[in-house]
Amino acid sequence: MDFLRRFARNKGAVVGAVVLSAVVLLALAAPLLFPEDPWEILGPPFRRPGEMGFLLGTDTLGRDVAAGIAHGARVTLLLSLVSTAVALSIGVVLGAVAGYHGGWVDDVVMRFTEFFQTIPNFILLVVLVAIFTPSITSIVVAIGIVSWPPLARIVRGEFLTLRSREFVQAAHVLGQSSPRIIFGEILPNALSPVIVSASLMVATAVLLESALSFLGLGDPNLMSWGYMIGAARTVIRQAWWISFFPGVAIALTVLALNLVGEGLSDAMNPRLARKGRA
Amino acid sequence: MDIVLLDVGGLVVSLPGGAERAHAVDGISFTLARNEILCIVGESGSGKSMTAHAIMGLLPQPHVRATAGRILYQGEDVLAAAPARLRALRGRKLGMIFQEPMTALHPIMRVEAQIAEVIQHHAPMERAALRARVTELLLAVGLPDPERLRRSWPHRLSGGQRQRVMIAMALALGPDILIADEPTTALDVTTQAQILALIRQIQAERQMGVLLITHDFGVVAEVADRVAVMQHGRIVEIGPVAQILEDPQHDYTRSLIAAVPRLMAAPRPPRADAPVVLEAERVRKTFRQRSWIPGRGTEVAAVKDVSLALHRGETVGLVGESGSGKSTFARCVVRLLETDGGAIRLHGTDIAQLGRRAMRPYRTRIQMVFQDPYASLNPRRRVGDIIAAGPLAHGVARAEAQRRTRELLSLVGLDDRAAERYPHEFSGGQRQRIGLARALAMQPEILVADEPVSALDVSVQAQVLALLADVRARFDLAMLFITHDLRVAAQVCDRVAVMYRGEIVELRPTAELFADPRHPYVRDLLAAVPGRRWLPAVGT
Repeated sequence: MDFLRRFARNKGAVVGAVVLSAVVLLALAAPLLFPEDPWEILGPPFRRPGEMGFLLGTDTLGRDVAAGIAHGARVTLLLSLVSTAVALSIGVVLGAVAGYHGGWVDDVVMRFTEFFQTIPNFILLVVLVAIFTPSITSIVVAIGIVSWPPLARIVRGEFLTLRSREFVQAAHVLGQSSPRIIFGEILPNALSPVIVSASLMVATAVLLESALSFLGLGDPNLMSWGYMIGAARTVIRQAWWISFFPGVAIALTVLALNLVGEGLSDAMNPRLARKGRA
Repeated sequence: MDIVLLDVGGLVVSLPGGAERAHAVDGISFTLARNEILCIVGESGSGKSMTAHAIMGLLPQPHVRATAGRILYQGEDVLAAAPARLRALRGRKLGMIFQEPMTALHPIMRVEAQIAEVIQHHAPMERAALRARVTELLLAVGLPDPERLRRSWPHRLSGGQRQRVMIAMALALGPDILIADEPTTALDVTTQAQILALIRQIQAERQMGVLLITHDFGVVAEVADRVAVMQHGRIVEIGPVAQILEDPQHDYTRSLIAAVPRLMAAPRPPRADAPVVLEAERVRKTFRQRSWIPGRGTEVAAVKDVSLALHRGETVGLVGESGSGKSTFARCVVRLLETDGGAIRLHGTDIAQLGRRAMRPYRTRIQMVFQDPYASLNPRRRVGDIIAAGPLAHGVARAEAQRRTRELLSLVGLDDRAAERYPHEFSGGQRQRIGLARALAMQPEILVADEPVSALDVSVQAQVLALLADVRARFDLAMLFITHDLRVAAQVCDRVAVMYRGEIVELRPTAELFADPRHPYVRDLLAAVPGRRWLPAVGT
């Protein structure tokens, strides 16, 4: 309750949460609102928004733009959430191990992390997806692979701070095993910055996935917002609406995710305040 | 009676809604005259620091503000003063020194620059005159070698030196009043004695009025002329120091004085005939900082050649100042740190040589209670889980672990329902009890207590010490008690080992050590305890 109140104090975060909920609802309601396959050709091409009952017009082949946006919402959200989950599982584990053990383990893991950080992540992403042929699995895994290094650094930093706290020392003296100390004692206290970072990472994943689709490296079976923008690239001057609405959808979603991420950061104030004597 | 410099009347400081009480300071009145030291004494949460901050106009407005009353400095109401007037008064007429010298000094300004800043703001002078004045001030506060010290960074100075610099800054313009907010709490006993002597000397030389905030009655006995005792934002008793200490009228004052441990140790029965449970033999621990540049690595020998034997049922105190190596030794004994030499024998087995896995079964026999009640419990776990974690890690069945948890909670004086709550819902003293329960859940033979009561108020301290005594007797525990407070050592320990720079300089039964110290350092240490000549008239 306290947490929600603190979250609600940030007006931008509330707006972001509302927009995000709208996008999720749209994604969930897509099969109800637009029962046909978005790839179906439903009308003449290049209809303007509002003409012939198409809310957002039709694209270069006569597909419904509105249906594409609704179904694309599912694809986009799903891909970005799962790829963030992949990044989390790699980054948190590596960061925890490096931060807890220190010494040579820390050195090895950090050099490995830096290797991934020095390669520009979008280029690595394109290379990975191209090598493993674009499909939903390869895209998700590839986005996860290029996104985990910052998470590992954050988690490592938190662990370095927390491992010399007295309650962790007490766990050592009690004889608890290392995995139990890492996951049971330290990790629950290290999660706040990770959660904030993860929410911002979802936004980045949306952008990465859209960029891939724009370049034609997205899953060919999935209609995503990036694909729609990419497909209408050549006719942008004659039929602006085909690129515009998916672009607005991406911008709004990314903005909403960023606002929510900031709100989470404000709401998760550390309650580990040291209280000395007055 | 000298002229009155400060006249506080009916001061009320309110707190924002949602705080544990409406007012931090609830209608207090007192006066501070020239040429006297008034000590405001109270426990944490009594409002004494708030009073000091209100006088200097340092309250964190707008949430915390003075809503009623007046503070007259030579007839002028400080509370009603404009910010510009307040800035002119601060530093020039009203000086203040704080508790933590490291955080009160600017970390990236040299000493000279910080003192010069104060002077330049109020009474700008030329560089040559400024340098001379800074040197004069550094000498006045007893800092040797001002030429070298003026160019130092704060982090290169010791705690006592930093506090002296802060006093120099406060005195730079010759104020009438010095407000000292717990100036010696963060310092060692010997340094504390020096700083208190310095404050008294400066006060006498310049005929200043000094308002000293403290929680330590020893400090009060040492320097105060008058005393005001605060509780829950009100002054419960105020009067000359002799009257308050010898014949306190108010119940709260009496209970506070009764809770202060006496510096005399009662003779205790010798435990040398009981079996030896722990034997440390020539333990060494050195901290090395390696450097890529050869010759630049630093080495600190924290523990040098320490030998100690602990008998069953005995409490051995390890007393020393910060940097003496007592905490390091304690951590070596529980294997939180690896030793660089020597043996630590638990019933004959040298645990210093054991690997991590081999050490696990021995962990049940030796447990630790930590110093900081706020950092020693995991804030995200319930109290019941915290206490049961140890036994569960060693294969005890869950039902049995929970039964032990309930039993221990009632033993340490907490409700059964405490097991469902989180640490932040408890006070400092209660958290220390939980920490003790956690250690006892393992059913150890030896308890290492690392300054278990240092972070607690004096009345709570007395309760926790009583609990420790009870637990010790009940389970016939051997205890290694680390402390810097000689009064607590006198009350709790059978034998006392005094550590200095990594070595034990004297190890004798408590009563003998306090009555007749042999080593010069121990003599200095005992001589430096504030208020040692004062024997509390009430209580034991």
